[in-house]
Amino acid sequence: MGRRIAATLRRTAIHAVPTVLGIIVLDFLLLQLMPGDAADVIASESGVATAESMAMLRQHFGLDQPVLTQLMNFLGHLAQFNLGFSPRYNMPVVDLILQRLPGTLMLMVTALAFALIIGIAVGSVMAAWAGRWPDRILSVVVLLFYSMPGFWVGLMAIVLFSVKLGWLPSDGDMTVGAGLTGWAMIADRLRHLVLPALALASFFVAVYARLTRASMLEVQRQDFMRTAQAKGLHPFLIQLRHALRNALVPVTTVAGMHLGNLLGGAVVVETLFGWPGMGRLALEAVLARDFSTLLGVLLLSSFLVIVANMLIDLLHAWLDPRIGAA
Amino acid sequence: MALQVEPGVGTPVSVDTGNRAAPRKRRRVRAFLRNPTFVAGAAILAFFVFLALFADFLCPGDPLDMVAPPVLWPGQDLAFPLGTDSLGRDVLAGLVHGSRASLLVGISAAAIGLAIGMFVGALAGFFGGWIDTALTRLIELFQTTPTFILVIVIVAIGEPNLQTIALAIGLASWPTVARLVRAQFRSLRESDFVMAARSLGYSRWRIILQEILPNALPPVIVAASVMIANAILTEAGLSFLNMRDPDIVSWGGMIGAGRDQLRTAWFLTALPGATIALAVLSLNLVGDGLNEILNPRTEP
Repeated sequence: MGRRIAATLRRTAIHAVPTVLGIIVLDFLLLQLMPGDAADVIASESGVATAESMAMLRQHFGLDQPVLTQLMNFLGHLAQFNLGFSPRYNMPVVDLILQRLPGTLMLMVTALAFALIIGIAVGSVMAAWAGRWPDRILSVVVLLFYSMPGFWVGLMAIVLFSVKLGWLPSDGDMTVGAGLTGWAMIADRLRHLVLPALALASFFVAVYARLTRASMLEVQRQDFMRTAQAKGLHPFLIQLRHALRNALVPVTTVAGMHLGNLLGGAVVVETLFGWPGMGRLALEAVLARDFSTLLGVLLLSSFLVIVANMLIDLLHAWLDPRIGAA
Repeated sequence: MALQVEPGVGTPVSVDTGNRAAPRKRRRVRAFLRNPTFVAGAAILAFFVFLALFADFLCPGDPLDMVAPPVLWPGQDLAFPLGTDSLGRDVLAGLVHGSRASLLVGISAAAIGLAIGMFVGALAGFFGGWIDTALTRLIELFQTTPTFILVIVIVAIGEPNLQTIALAIGLASWPTVARLVRAQFRSLRESDFVMAARSLGYSRWRIILQEILPNALPPVIVAASVMIANAILTEAGLSFLNMRDPDIVSWGGMIGAGRDQLRTAWFLTALPGATIALAVLSLNLVGDGLNEILNPRTEP
């Protein structure tokens, strides 16, 4: 087992190197295409700017160098884990991202957990009653969630749970100035987490439910299912240990492929709920033409996606021992 | 007309000629009409297309004009059955005219994504070897980047108008199609009818375009409806973040504008959102129906 994990990790890591390099170059060139730069935005916000002060700003941030030199500088700094300096926030990009990373990770992990748990549960129920009324009703509900914009689900949840019922907060990641400590602080944070996580998860719940249903039905036709039945195993155990375990492989594969989309969805949801995360940082960076920050966010999100897919490869090797053996 | 050899994989799409085609076509039409999912989706979709085509006739005038007192609730004034927003604009007119932006962006973005994805996928799947390796890498590269951030960046490069938004969503959505088409081409290129076409000395491009492509289409057609649906959702998110053409009314933009009155007049947010959901639902129903018709699978 240990050797197989090591082999899987090594294979994925070697595979990831050219992808990471490609992402750096592609993102860098893409950002060069954007009109305007940070100096323009800073100048327009301060209201007064002379040609000299603009030139000074550009020289200060290295924006006056040729594109290739800027790329080389960036790669050189990156080799030392230095993502550059943000003209907008006036601090190193690494510090800025590290400030926002925990918020985004917490939101994404919670949303992904919601989506997978609810999605797989609903999908299994649908498959077990395929073609009968629980399946039909759930199919309609799932299709509705598949069609609603996640941020709108969030807005409607705010109307119901914050405005009408007053149960949950709808802004930020904690109560500002409450000075809570210990369990009260954790409870306060969790209460702030519920609505954004549900808004982010709603679309993916539907995706995983549909996928779980389809792959559970696919598995039912396999020979090993008939063997399990012939052995006289309890139907519930058959579904859990044999059907679901195998159906989880395609579901987790798609979950890995969707991780980039989940990060993208975080942009809207974080903006909506005033959640201090990387998605909002990305949007702010685009609007402020803060390319070093944007590049950092893009790189880190790609990195997150690659790492998550590595973990999923490991999970597959555990779920289906035939996969890792190759 | 294409080769008269029955393909080994998939359903023949363009191989029948002459009078055999007529009853077959009729049978296919009947298969579409018998599928309730497809019919329901197509009916709702046709309704939205109707709204988009005849918006000027149904709700004449500029939907961005102030026509009434601000924040009328639905039903309060029968001249404005769905109420008015904080600037006194008719919500119903906004919803009717907004169908144009959504459908236009959805369809053109899907067309761009399909064109790029089919091109890349066909090349990778047909030729294999280093071309396949390189293109697969390119697909992976795009798939690790968060799609929505990529769309925002591309919209920021250009002007936030409908063309740029459609282009951005199309450029960010092609990898899924490319994967799908690549897998189809990989399995079809080994099939008997392609071997037959090769032995007849057909050129590579003829084999790709006239022999394999028509047979690879069914899953792509299903993917197309889902792509339009996702493009509409992405456009709504962009408009909500104010990355939209300010002169054109859009459903996502209406949600964004209504958000400020969320506590007092939540219908301003609820109505455009429900409209988006209904439009996307119709496309997903069409997709599910097409899937059942084109890729029939017997359920246990």
